[in-house]
Amino acid sequence: MKLLNYTLSYLSIALLAVVGVWAVIFYFNMLDEIYDSIDDGLENSKILIIRKVESDTTLIHKTEFLESNYAIHEIIDNHALHTRDIYMDSTLYMQNEKDYEPVRMLKTVFRASNGKYYELQIVSSMVEEDDLIEDLFYAIVWLYIVLLASVLIINNVLLRKIWKPFYTILDKLKNFRLGSNESFSTAKTNVSEFNILNETVSSLLQRNIAIFNSQKQFIENASHELQTPLAISINKLELLTEKNSLSDDQLQEISTVIESLERLTRLNKTLLLLSRIENRQFPQEMSVNFNDLALRLASAFGDLSEFKSVKIFIDQPATCIYTLNAELAEILLSNLIKNAILHNYPDGSVTVTINTTGISVTNTSHTGALDPSHIFDRFYKNSSAKNSTGLGLAIVKSIADYYGYIIHYSYTHQQHTFSIQFN
Amino acid sequence: MSALFIFFFWNEIKTIPISFRFSSLLLNTTNSERIYTAHPMKILVIEDEDELRNVIVSSLEKENFLVESAANYTAALDKVTSYQYDCILLDIMLPGGSGLSVLDALKKMKKQENVIIISAKNSVDDKVNGLNLGADDYLAKPFHLSELTARVKSVIRRKSMDGQNIVELNNVKINVDDRLLYINHEPVPLNRKEFDILTYFIANKNRLINKAALAEHIWGDHIDQADDFEFIYSQIKNLRKKLKDTGAQLEIQAVYGVGYKLIAN
Repeated sequence: MKLLNYTLSYLSIALLAVVGVWAVIFYFNMLDEIYDSIDDGLENSKILIIRKVESDTTLIHKTEFLESNYAIHEIIDNHALHTRDIYMDSTLYMQNEKDYEPVRMLKTVFRASNGKYYELQIVSSMVEEDDLIEDLFYAIVWLYIVLLASVLIINNVLLRKIWKPFYTILDKLKNFRLGSNESFSTAKTNVSEFNILNETVSSLLQRNIAIFNSQKQFIENASHELQTPLAISINKLELLTEKNSLSDDQLQEISTVIESLERLTRLNKTLLLLSRIENRQFPQEMSVNFNDLALRLASAFGDLSEFKSVKIFIDQPATCIYTLNAELAEILLSNLIKNAILHNYPDGSVTVTINTTGISVTNTSHTGALDPSHIFDRFYKNSSAKNSTGLGLAIVKSIADYYGYIIHYSYTHQQHTFSIQFN
Repeated sequence: MSALFIFFFWNEIKTIPISFRFSSLLLNTTNSERIYTAHPMKILVIEDEDELRNVIVSSLEKENFLVESAANYTAALDKVTSYQYDCILLDIMLPGGSGLSVLDALKKMKKQENVIIISAKNSVDDKVNGLNLGADDYLAKPFHLSELTARVKSVIRRKSMDGQNIVELNNVKINVDDRLLYINHEPVPLNRKEFDILTYFIANKNRLINKAALAEHIWGDHIDQADDFEFIYSQIKNLRKKLKDTGAQLEIQAVYGVGYKLIAN
């Protein structure tokens, strides 16, 4: 639920209670006021009628209400002495409504000029309480609806405006990627809480970016610093192998050490390459023809595939040209092809298929399906190939990520297929 | 049929090698004996790491070069201003200043020295900067000594052979630019890789060449992971056969498990 609607849902319950309580209080207050003013009117009528009766004694025999609003009955004296003015609710048959309707009645007693006591009943038509409640109810419902509607509108217009910095930072956070080289900036607002939020998030991210960058820098520096001792070791051993005094066994021992050092060198170079890809240090882009590239790589790997007795087929139903860094394009495709040759069996095959929007590399293999959730992980090795760095596919993946290409792995008919979709 | 299936045989391939190095600088040539026996070539090694400098110096001295060295920026600048060298190996990161400044100084003095940058930073920017400032080649650390030897000889030869790109060793003559091999003045056809292997071997004659160094030089960086470099053997075998059949006074020896050695006596 969105923040705006969330407040509205609580507000609607609160408003219902407030409006309901208010309606009850309002109803009784109003009723009280109505009684008060009707009773005042009846009091006034009483005075007027009594005066009128004094001047016109015939009125004393008016025992029915009929067209007027009063009736007079004679009562016995001692009863009259104990009677006080009584205001009461009653009903009266109304001709227009053809029904008994509520009326307010004042019963009072007076002594006429003839010395007899009379009871005077004065009525005044009353509000119909059920109608009043009904009217009030509808009024309240409408009020409630209008209130909610206005809250909704105010929320959407005003709050949206007020909360704009919040949504801005939310949007920025959603699109923020660590290592994307974009700095995180926020706009100044008039709301201090949002400013605090912006500052907090910014400083938090700046710290993270700084840590991330220093870690990247560390990898790069470490790789560079490793180059010199590696160079010294390899070159010294190379010089050593040229000494004629060494026996064949000793030569071979030294050679295996050199091999290990070379493996270390490759690993180092590969890590450096990964870090350079992630640091986006390949800005130059050009139009790369993948058909030409595939043919070139197939020939470059000719000796290796010949040695492994693996045939390379280039299937090119279409031309595939995309703009990217030429070096990365070459690394991308060569890693896939090299893997396809190395993880194969004698008399197996590698098929490179080139379409307008993508490339796929398929190879025969005895290994069975690989775990698609891990094959692109760094240092994930499925085979025990001793010269594999376990970084080849990680590089392919990071190049694909760099350009937003989609890479897909599948295993069908004892064949591994890696396909890259360029858009 | 729209689908075109191509099957590649290595010996039919005449394409350009794939390499992240500057391909124009990949001409693998060597000096003929004649040049540096008459006037020993002077080489300056500018490198701050003592051990690395020593090993480079030892390796180059084996090739009968006259080698001097400098360990820091001031010493380097001092030497390049005072003396003339045939080739300068220049490390970029030096105590006291950048190797690129040395290059700049050389340029300002209008000196025509051959400069090969040797840097731990295998970055495109460094390469481009260095080459723009007039360096002739760029070699990333760590490198193989045989590669360094081949590069040094290549840059020296390019400037000192009066455009004559010929390497001679015994009865073998190589025209590097036209990629031709003559044995006893008779042309011998070689494929591209055989030619590259032979020139690399001649540049490092009588020295043990690590098979990884050879693979990297001929097949480029792509091949680095390929298992054990056993695949290079078939090319060597063919080359050996051609040399033997044509009576070349060279012999490629295999040193089991390590690499190869070209014997020229």
